[in-house]
Amino acid sequence: MKLIKVEHAYKIYKNGTTAIADLSVTIDKGEFVFVIGSTGSGKSTFIKMLYREEKPTKGKIVVGGIDVSKLRNSKVYKLRRKIGVVFQDFKLLPKLTVYENVAFALETLGLPNKEIRPKVLKAVEAVGLKDKLRNLPSQLSGGEQQRVAIARAIVNEPKLLICDEPTGNLDPDTSKEIMKIIEKINKDSETTIIMATHDKELVNKMKKRVIVIENSVIVSDDMKGRYKVHESITDSK
Amino acid sequence: MKALRILNRSIRDSFKSVFRNISLSVASIACTTVTLILVAISLVLTYNVNNVTTNLEKELTIVVYLKKDTTKENRINFENDLKTMENVEKAQYKSGEEWKSEMKQESDTLKTTLDYLSENPLLDSYIVTVKNVNDLASTTEKIRKYEFVSSAEYGEGMVESIIGIFDAISKGTIVIVLALVLVTAFLISNTIKLTIFSRKTEIEIMRLVGASNTAIKLPFVFEGFILGVMGSIIPIILSIYGYVYLYDISGGFIFTKILQLSAPFPFVLIVALFLLVVGSLVGMFGSYRAVRKYLKI
Repeated sequence: MKLIKVEHAYKIYKNGTTAIADLSVTIDKGEFVFVIGSTGSGKSTFIKMLYREEKPTKGKIVVGGIDVSKLRNSKVYKLRRKIGVVFQDFKLLPKLTVYENVAFALETLGLPNKEIRPKVLKAVEAVGLKDKLRNLPSQLSGGEQQRVAIARAIVNEPKLLICDEPTGNLDPDTSKEIMKIIEKINKDSETTIIMATHDKELVNKMKKRVIVIENSVIVSDDMKGRYKVHESITDSK
Repeated sequence: MKALRILNRSIRDSFKSVFRNISLSVASIACTTVTLILVAISLVLTYNVNNVTTNLEKELTIVVYLKKDTTKENRINFENDLKTMENVEKAQYKSGEEWKSEMKQESDTLKTTLDYLSENPLLDSYIVTVKNVNDLASTTEKIRKYEFVSSAEYGEGMVESIIGIFDAISKGTIVIVLALVLVTAFLISNTIKLTIFSRKTEIEIMRLVGASNTAIKLPFVFEGFILGVMGSIIPIILSIYGYVYLYDISGGFIFTKILQLSAPFPFVLIVALFLLVVGSLVGMFGSYRAVRKYLKI
């Protein structure tokens, strides 16, 4: 069953830069997909178009039955409620505790407290932070902070979890821990995972589908792919 | 229920934000307070000026003096004509003799002078009250056309200039107040702008987790509303107690009985309500402007 269907999508910015050109791809429900590519390849634009942070200039993008390309600004929230997003820089609220940060996502949607509590506890337990509910982000390590961000992203039980370089700020061991958590989410709840990353080791180890974007187009799409980089790109990992 | 929870959350967040950016909030509240005090003064002034003008207009009469040799028959015919004239409300006859005795009572000098004269120099007259003061001049003109009418006057010039001055005061105050209202809205808008910047991450997360645009914007609009309402508290208290105090110490008049102040109640309560509405609207307008300009969602 297709969760994401992209047909001939283009993204051309007002200054004339083409970020995505004639991109077509489908992603099934429950898949785990890595999106790799060098800086400026169009990888981030592709990811952003999936959660409608960017709107395609041309073409069609359907996510979970919603035509993202036709979605009006005022209706974007309907799409976002089906998606969880995790970033490299965690984006936690520093004055809120772990519990409050995760609950924040549900509070803004207007859920009653009696529904919020069990959902938050379930999400926090899934990332293994049940004993740090009352801690502030400043009292947590980088890996723990990312786990809070993951808990916040999955608390509303999304069909799709988009991870934009979630291990970019973490050391290799912590990165592995985070990947384990994300893989578990993928297996346990059949949540589709799309992860943009530069981490060669992780990609090669996981043996999942790998989509490589270079110069605004998909240059490779392997079901059990490995990290491939363009000759001109220097990769630190 | 869901809408109520979002509303409740918005109100809670806006209060938090008012106190989190306390220095800016105080500046906005102070500016609103000053503006609304001036709005209150302007309202009190305008309303009372209108009141005084209406009183003055009510007092306006045409005094018609008949020539000395007017026969009784002509006078009665004239009186009948006056009473059937379109704009005439009332025409009260006052003879030369009545004027004389009235003037004699006013001062001893006048009494001696009038007693010295063998013949009464004062003319028979009519004091005419009109229905519509705007047609006062044309009615006076009509009366002047009678051949036995010596003069018909209503105090041209003086009345117009008094009303003109009052009118200029009202208009001037309104212009100043409007300018201040705009400045206040701009300041509140600036406060909300900084709030938006300080809550950038929060807004970003709200958008990512699928909060509707209304749920994101509402706290900011409420914040403007709260700033406006807080700014109207002092002006409301001042206008209620200040006006009642002014009315009490002046006895309801300023300088002369013609310049009569309006009764404090329900006038001050209407002013208070108006200030509250203006304060909250200015606050909401300011925040709406900032939300539209800086909250790109």
